[in-house]
Amino acid sequence: MTTRIGVIAMQGDVEEHVIALEKTLAERGALGEVIKIKYRGIVRSCDALVIPGGESTTIGRLMQRENILSEIKTAVEEREIPILGTCAGLVLLAREGDDEVAKTGQPLLGLMDVKVKRNAFGRQRESFETLLKMNIFEEPFPAVFIRAPSITHVAEHVEVLATFDEHVVATQQENILALAFHPELTEDRRIHHYFLDLV
Amino acid sequence: MKREIVIEDLRHGSELLKRGFASLQKGGVIMDVTSAEQAIVAEKAGAIAVMALHAVPADIRKAGGVARMADPAVISEIIEAVTIPVMAKCRIGHFMEAEILEALGVDMIDESEVLTPVDTHHVDKRGFTVPFVCGARDLGEALRRIAEGAAMIRTKGEAGTGDVKEAVRHMKLIMGEIRSLTGKNEEELRDVAKELKVSFEVVHETAKLQRLPVVNFAAGGIATPADAALMMRLGADGVFVGSGIFKSENPPRMASAIVEAVNNYDDARKLAEISKGLGLPMKGIEVSVLTEEELLQVRGW
Repeated sequence: MTTRIGVIAMQGDVEEHVIALEKTLAERGALGEVIKIKYRGIVRSCDALVIPGGESTTIGRLMQRENILSEIKTAVEEREIPILGTCAGLVLLAREGDDEVAKTGQPLLGLMDVKVKRNAFGRQRESFETLLKMNIFEEPFPAVFIRAPSITHVAEHVEVLATFDEHVVATQQENILALAFHPELTEDRRIHHYFLDLV
Repeated sequence: MKREIVIEDLRHGSELLKRGFASLQKGGVIMDVTSAEQAIVAEKAGAIAVMALHAVPADIRKAGGVARMADPAVISEIIEAVTIPVMAKCRIGHFMEAEILEALGVDMIDESEVLTPVDTHHVDKRGFTVPFVCGARDLGEALRRIAEGAAMIRTKGEAGTGDVKEAVRHMKLIMGEIRSLTGKNEEELRDVAKELKVSFEVVHETAKLQRLPVVNFAAGGIATPADAALMMRLGADGVFVGSGIFKSENPPRMASAIVEAVNNYDDARKLAEISKGLGLPMKGIEVSVLTEEELLQVRGW
């Protein structure tokens, strides 16, 4: 059977995720296609979803306007499809945000029982690259943090996959994966493989 | 409890972080603002970032005189007011203004022809931690800026006019020049590099990718949702809107309409709905009535 992976394409580094997923599928020799989702009515045909990095306020508003937020909730509740969220995607997956999230009134999907803090590491000059130890891999992962959020509270049934300097930066709840950094901006595709293992 | 933290390899200000930041702006609208109040309007409308200025380009054009970096107090107020990235402009070649903007915590610096240039050399952008965006009229300008370290390119267009004609011309020219690299062998690409005064490597990379090696936005004269959609259709990765928002009759409505237009640029029916009843766009000036001295796009090398 062909796997269909949808990348939410309202705004952000959509193309980078599409390319990373296509390369990952090719490396696995798996049949599959990667599509971009800008309009309602497409989420229900997907076996997995990716919410990319970008501005969570912008992506959230545009998804709400197009009714894609409720389509994703339905897809997860009825079919339990896997979702990967990176950076802005992590913010959108969270149950709860910080004051910044409240201030901008941005909508959240609330699919992962975590609380997030936007721009937890500071502004762009504080953005950083590091080799991150993750408990799902033997070797550290080259993680790119760009005005990244962090996870400030984790519910009991959510697994912490990585922490950096006391910040939780990667979590998994069943088949939902949330990362504060951008695996799509590097050539290391272990996280995309790990995600496709969940499909 | 012992934590395992891997920080020996912590890096700031790398090319990957700069270009990555630019990639995250794709599909978005960056809006010129002159106060914290305007920045909040832009953020609410769905802007991905704001550009902090002391006056919008239309007013800079009208006022004449020397146009400089905005007041750091205003930039700091804007940084405090919004959660989205804040960009600001420095004069071409004015690396000291650029250093001050970086110290203020600005997320990206626009080395901009809208301000009065101080040098025929552009800022060497490679030594900075924050990324830069620069204007370009053609492929040569774009690649020279990238070679100097720009992480993002935008068309120059003709800022402060509300006339999108020049942005269209610059975007088509850059796209056409990239297409013309196709099929050229190494020797011919070396000739192109010589002609454009850039390295063979950056020309080769552009030819291979069939696009600029960094994110490419449209700017200069965008005033309506249709203008923004037009630039996206011509291949822009996103748009900057300068005077077009806060010189229009109803800035909040114009701002959110342009955000939606960039998202729906391939759907004319949706664009028709989005464009309805927005009030008057900025009045503008037709570019063809400007004299050579009045053009901002000729600044920069």
